[in-house]
Amino acid sequence: MSALLEVEGVSKVFGGVIANADITLAVPEGAIVGLIGPNGSGKTTLFSSIVGQHAIDGGSIRYEGSEISRLRVAEIARLGLLRTFQQTRIYGGMDCLKNMLISISHRREGLIDMLSRHSAEQVDEADRHLEFVGLYEKRFLLAGDLSFGQQKLLEFAMALMNGPKLLMLDEPTAGINPTLINGLIDRLKRVNEEIGITLFVIEHNMRVIMDLAQHIYCLAHGELLADGTPDEIRGDNRVIDAYLGAH
Amino acid sequence: MDNVLILFNQPVIFLQVVVDGILFGSILALVAYGMALVWGVMKVINIAQGEFVMLGGYVALKFADAGLSPLWAVPAATVILFCVGWILYWLVVHWVVDKDIFISLLATFGLSIFLQQIVNQIFSADVRTAESGLVSRSFLDDRLVVAEIKVLAFVLAAIVGGILWVFLVRSRLGQAIRATAQNSRAARLMGIDTNHVYAMTFGLNAAICGGAGALVAMTWVIHPYLGLSYLVRSFMIVVVAGLGNLPGVIVAGLGLGAAENFAGFVFGAEYQAAFIFSLLVVILVWRNWRLGRQRRYLK
Amino acid sequence: MNRQGMLILAVLGVGAVIGAPFAIPAFITQLSFLWLMVLFALTWDIMGGQMGYNSFGNIFFFGIGAYVCAVIQRDAGLDWHVAFFIGMAAAAALGVIAAAILGSGMLGLRGQYFAIATLGLGIAGGEIASGWDYIGAGSGLVPPLYPGALGAREMFFYFLFLVLAIICFFTLRRLYSGRFGLAINAIRDDEDKAESMGLHTTRYKTIAWCVSAFFLAMAGAGAGNMIGFIDPRDVAFAGLTFGVWMVLMAILGGKGTLWGPVLGAAIFHITQELFWTYLLGWQRVALGLLIVVIVVFFPTGILGWVREHYPEKFGQAVDAEAQGAAMGEKAEP
Ligand SMILES: Nc1ncnc2c1ncn2[C@@H]1O[C@H](COP(=O)(O)OP(=O)(O)OP(=O)(O)O)[C@@H](O)[C@H]1O
Ligand SMILES: [Mg+2]
Repeated sequence: MSALLEVEGVSKVFGGVIANADITLAVPEGAIVGLIGPNGSGKTTLFSSIVGQHAIDGGSIRYEGSEISRLRVAEIARLGLLRTFQQTRIYGGMDCLKNMLISISHRREGLIDMLSRHSAEQVDEADRHLEFVGLYEKRFLLAGDLSFGQQKLLEFAMALMNGPKLLMLDEPTAGINPTLINGLIDRLKRVNEEIGITLFVIEHNMRVIMDLAQHIYCLAHGELLADGTPDEIRGDNRVIDAYLGAH
Repeated sequence: MDNVLILFNQPVIFLQVVVDGILFGSILALVAYGMALVWGVMKVINIAQGEFVMLGGYVALKFADAGLSPLWAVPAATVILFCVGWILYWLVVHWVVDKDIFISLLATFGLSIFLQQIVNQIFSADVRTAESGLVSRSFLDDRLVVAEIKVLAFVLAAIVGGILWVFLVRSRLGQAIRATAQNSRAARLMGIDTNHVYAMTFGLNAAICGGAGALVAMTWVIHPYLGLSYLVRSFMIVVVAGLGNLPGVIVAGLGLGAAENFAGFVFGAEYQAAFIFSLLVVILVWRNWRLGRQRRYLK
Repeated sequence: MNRQGMLILAVLGVGAVIGAPFAIPAFITQLSFLWLMVLFALTWDIMGGQMGYNSFGNIFFFGIGAYVCAVIQRDAGLDWHVAFFIGMAAAAALGVIAAAILGSGMLGLRGQYFAIATLGLGIAGGEIASGWDYIGAGSGLVPPLYPGALGAREMFFYFLFLVLAIICFFTLRRLYSGRFGLAINAIRDDEDKAESMGLHTTRYKTIAWCVSAFFLAMAGAGAGNMIGFIDPRDVAFAGLTFGVWMVLMAILGGKGTLWGPVLGAAIFHITQELFWTYLLGWQRVALGLLIVVIVVFFPTGILGWVREHYPEKFGQAVDAEAQGAAMGEKAEP
């Protein structure tokens, strides 16, 4: 059985910097897969390659069995493959509810839809997702006035609103209050189990990723260093060296 | 399409069109280089670019009216326009240079209307030429005619471009300008007064446009509404060549000059303007489409 | 402001715009032009304000509308009113088609490139029109004269432009409060993010231009008849007057707002009628200067300035309105 997302031999070079070299990995449907690696090891670059932010220099990326490495960002997003940004990107000048409404799925959208208003169900759904991440009270607040952690949560809610099949999260717990992290892990698991969204998560917090993911890939210097279950990764000397070496 | 056949049957005419086009193209390359300079260093697309050319032309016209040799108008226009550019920077562009590109776009758009209409008010909308007193020379048994002034324009354009290039590479200010183009924040941290750099850059751009405009007035024609076509042409050249690519700007400039001349010959001179504007749209859309295939877009 | 106050204000407003041509019949043409100006500013702001895509070539659609309608009136051989309204519908259709075709190519471009690409549009239109014999070439076109009695013609055009402006205003109000408005605002604020959420950005942008073109072409159809003579460069594709005014009025009032362009158009038109003639030909110079001054020193326009300085009076009301709009569609929360 082929996985939902298959990355095969993907490389990406920026000027002289080899950000990704011959990366091969797979994200099975319904799973939570982790991606770790020291700073600058090319994790974010890999995400950007997958969602079509830049052209890749080699390799192939397949989603639901078909090649997507030549599609554009918006086309890939409409296939249900979404990413959040490490430096959150939200609409600071709009309130949270509007941020949610802009994020509705644009998969099937005719001219009439484009010119109509949001339906009551969509507003309800937006409220539900905001409630889910704990921002319901702030829904008429300008998103730009939220704290960084809250903006991260908002971006997560926006991604949920879009109804993705595969959601790629770039450091979802960065900037989140440690006491709230457990709640967030819980929510990520619920999203995965209840809604059935496959997750592919970049994370620096080892405790989080060990708890969350069933399978973890580790990058170092743009290359795939190791992969395995959390326990295997924890015991892998190469991974430990890579992290210690990086500091 | 008779004209196309003529081009192929009469290689001399073909040559004439190419030579005239390239001579004109040198001026376009000069103006485009100035635009790329401002765009690269200040991140401002100067819509008033063509108006600087037009103003330079009127300086030459004034010289001719006063009975002076318009050849002196080239350095004079350069100096005068430098001052104009420098002043306009501090009066207008200074306030918008670090803002969103759309703000500076609108501000320089207002500036272009302002300059164009002021000249229209003072000199009327008549189409004029500054007489240089130079003659034309014939080659190949009188079949190829080259106006001396066009050759002179070409040479002067090359000299001005050369001086600019040496200035940018060698002088301290030139280095500061290039550093600012690379990264204005870092330049500021290194103690470069970026406002000074911007003012000089904007002045330099106006200066080379002014010189180019003086040449235009002597070689071709000048009128208050001339600016837009020079803006569009230089923009086109920069889009094709890319920022900070001097050889590219020269090649694209000469190429555009020749292409335009061919179009003028084939379709008739009255459609030359329409040709330029359509070409701009075609080039932009084509470039963007090409980039889109590499998941990029023009920016 | 409470509900009752709003209602009274609305009634007074409606009374004023309907009664104006009867109260001051001497100014009826200027008043008709006022509504035309409102249309100009509103349609420019769709792209320039709400979407952040400055267009310097919107006058192109106005020109298309003027010519299409006049040609149909000339050749159809129908009753004046029938021919005019058919012409106007055809103008709207052709304007939209032109915007769709141009837009699907040009609106794949980002804003600054699009802006420059539109610069030549109005001029190209003028050049083509003044070279094309079928539409009168350089000497222009004279649409058939309105058949009614003296004074009825002015009334007809006053109410035509009034109705067009009002329809435009409420159409935009409706569109801005829905998915379309949100999408074009998102494109203005962060187009890359919009794309990464799967938004059909080019499609939305093209629709925005089509909406502009729709109203501008109809305005052109009416204006050609009201002015009574369609000159290719000075009426139909009048980039240096109408084309520049659009931009100025929208940014003067406050771009990116619904009322800003209306306010800007009114202020600009009234001051223009009052003072402009004293400038003895220097109006257009002043125009350029005014654009520079507004963009540099009052980038948010009059409405934005008022909101900044009196947030308790004006800023709040807007938020409450937005909340109301969002909640309106929803059953009791
Ligand atoms: N747009 C770019 N242009 C040039 N170099 C880049 C670009 N993006 C990333 N890089 C380089 O590629 C390498 C990988 O960067 P990337 O952002 O993918 O790392 P990362 O694993 O996400 O790091 P972090 O954990 O700090 O987020 C780095 O050396 C970085 O400098
Ligand atoms: Mg990263």
